[in-house]
Amino acid sequence: MTGNTEKENVSVDYFESGHRACGGCGPALAGKLIARAAGPNTIIVASTGCMEVFSTPYPETAWKTPWIHSLFQNAAAVASGVEASLKRQGRDEKVIVIAGDGATFDIGMLCISGMFERGHDVTYICYDNEAYMNTGIQRSGATPFDASTTTSPAGKLSNGNSRPKKDIPAILAAHGSPYVATTSIATPKDLMDKVKRALSIKGPCYIQVHAPCCTGWGFDGCKTMELGRLALNSGLWVNYEMVNGVVEKVKKVKRIPVDDYLKAQKRFRHLYRPQENKDEIAKIQAIADSNAQKYGIDIPVKK
Amino acid sequence: MLQITEGSHAVAEAVKLCRPQVVSAYPITPQTHIVERLAEMVADGDLNGEYICVESEFSALSSCVGASAAGSRVYSATTSQGLAFMAEVVFNAAGMRLPIVMTIANRALGAPLNIWNDQQDSIFLRDSGWMQIYGEDAQEAMDLHFIAYKLAERHDVLLPCFVCLDGFIVSHTFEPVDIPSQKEIDEFLPAFNPLHRLDAKNPMSFGMYATPDCYQEFRYEINAAMIRAKAAYREIAAEFKAKFGRDYTGLVEGYRLEDAETAIVAMGSICGTAKDAIDEMRDAGEKVGLLKIRSFRPFPSEEVRTALKGVKNIAVIEKNISIGSRMLGAVGLEVKDAVYKDSPNIFSYVGGLGGRDIRKRDIKQIVQWAKEGRNDCFFGLREELLK
Ligand SMILES: Cc1ncc(C[n+]2csc(CCOP(=O)(O)OP(=O)(O)O)c2C)c(N)n1
Ligand code: SF4
Ligand SMILES: [Mg+2]
Repeated sequence: MTGNTEKENVSVDYFESGHRACGGCGPALAGKLIARAAGPNTIIVASTGCMEVFSTPYPETAWKTPWIHSLFQNAAAVASGVEASLKRQGRDEKVIVIAGDGATFDIGMLCISGMFERGHDVTYICYDNEAYMNTGIQRSGATPFDASTTTSPAGKLSNGNSRPKKDIPAILAAHGSPYVATTSIATPKDLMDKVKRALSIKGPCYIQVHAPCCTGWGFDGCKTMELGRLALNSGLWVNYEMVNGVVEKVKKVKRIPVDDYLKAQKRFRHLYRPQENKDEIAKIQAIADSNAQKYGIDIPVKK
Repeated sequence: MLQITEGSHAVAEAVKLCRPQVVSAYPITPQTHIVERLAEMVADGDLNGEYICVESEFSALSSCVGASAAGSRVYSATTSQGLAFMAEVVFNAAGMRLPIVMTIANRALGAPLNIWNDQQDSIFLRDSGWMQIYGEDAQEAMDLHFIAYKLAERHDVLLPCFVCLDGFIVSHTFEPVDIPSQKEIDEFLPAFNPLHRLDAKNPMSFGMYATPDCYQEFRYEINAAMIRAKAAYREIAAEFKAKFGRDYTGLVEGYRLEDAETAIVAMGSICGTAKDAIDEMRDAGEKVGLLKIRSFRPFPSEEVRTALKGVKNIAVIEKNISIGSRMLGAVGLEVKDAVYKDSPNIFSYVGGLGGRDIRKRDIKQIVQWAKEGRNDCFFGLREELLK
């Protein structure tokens, strides 16, 4: 435990620079925006993963709000306890979980399901960099179809990750969550607005933030925002809000082919080398098309 | 006031009197009566706290970690499979120095699945950094909770604590129990005063990661706190004795050990049967006594050695097995370490596993074996099943 000696700071940032993330780290930007939107009266619960490791190497911490990490898979349960404790003490701090996609989609599902079913007043935010980055880019339930990771490597008999991304927002909406949203570091204002909105709603809310990881996806760290935008514009990532289980607001785009997004990252390189794998790329285009239809993201072309 | 109460309900009563602000637990036999009673108390407004009805033991202890870090006195209870399921959090809670008190209604671990008593579950977590104290009967199990909270929360200790009682044998037996009043407990156990807590007015980071240049020092500190807990325990138990008259001041307790040539060493409810067997053996002229281990963590080596000075043969009753260890039992290893300079004969006798009854005649046989120098072994084995 380390006290943060700096008292009132004029800065609005409660997640400070100087941490150990890779240059251009999408999750680091997500952390900064979340902390800025949430403000000082917030307790953050973290899971084991990149964000935890790069932000709190003892005795240093990047967090200027109270912050706690226990294990990889129990942030939702720890947050449940924090919330119950605050309630009992009559305190008004907001409780936010910030957890990776591995912690959320895979190993933490039990605790998350429990927290949402019990209805704790916690905002659970998953920063989704689409693999276990901290342990060396292994696949998770959030890894997109055909992405090559160290445990779903492309090879002679493999096109990479063989399954599509799990639909966690739908699962949590089905738990009766009053507010479920997806957003991206490429839309910072949207991200911050959604954090604020979630915090203003009582009960367990969920936000999934697309957070490109230059190291794990294989792109230059100066292109993080661009990658986020390409994901949105291709329809492979959709920003939407679900209120009481109903999709309300969706970010519309003028869609670009998924090619533009895939080609920008080494994790999809095997789809283009040694020669273009048209069949696989068509499958990915079909995922984007189906997203576009499901969420109605296409801006109609004027005739 | 003396009341005939089931052991589990005595524990629930004790917990209520300690005024936990957050209770989080998941049902498992034979712990269920404790948490059901606590849920009733919350439902009736008799216990003014949050009861988190979690989906698993893993979340039970994880939510205790969060609630304790946020500044609440917390409580949980479990046993066996539930405790094993929590194991990762068990280490974590101790490493984070959170003074959580958790009752363990001791039960065997599968496979084979078995709901009955032995002490394998708490003992397998002996290296986790939790204190472990064992009650022999309902009264002691109850009283140890008051002591446990006070001990765990002391700023020179800050370690979580298991209060262990034998499943069914203590948890489901009705006994007369002297239940203190709320006023008396409030005087003995002040409100939780955390050294650090999650607080927006004084932000801190909890549970950071430590590189090789500082990790080892954290482990050293946990161990140092565990060592300090011995003296702290004695002080608190002395205070308890002065106020309530019941004496738990020893981390160990001797029974008819003066001039004993052979001693039984045991933990938990079997001590009661052992005392009866010893009385009968004494009547028959045998110089035999009992050393009851009340605290397994911290392990009171000095007290064990002092108490067993002059004893020639020591028979440790093990309701656990350290599989692959030559001595078989985890308690015996500790006792042997404590007394080795005095070179008595010392043996572990493993038995009573998975709820098999240990009778007076088993205890008499063990005493006989120790006198004969029979090596560490199982007792009460059904040889016909081993063919
Ligand atoms: C129980 C357990 N299993 C495995 C690990 C190893 N581990 C630590 S972080 C991590 C992956 C984290 O992935 P994610 O949640 O996506 O966060 P990221 O590192 O990508 O930011 C793994 C597998 C662990 N710490 N605990
Ligand atoms: S590996 Fe990815 S998520 Fe981790 S610090 Fe680097 S850029 Fe960020
Ligand atoms: Mg990840």
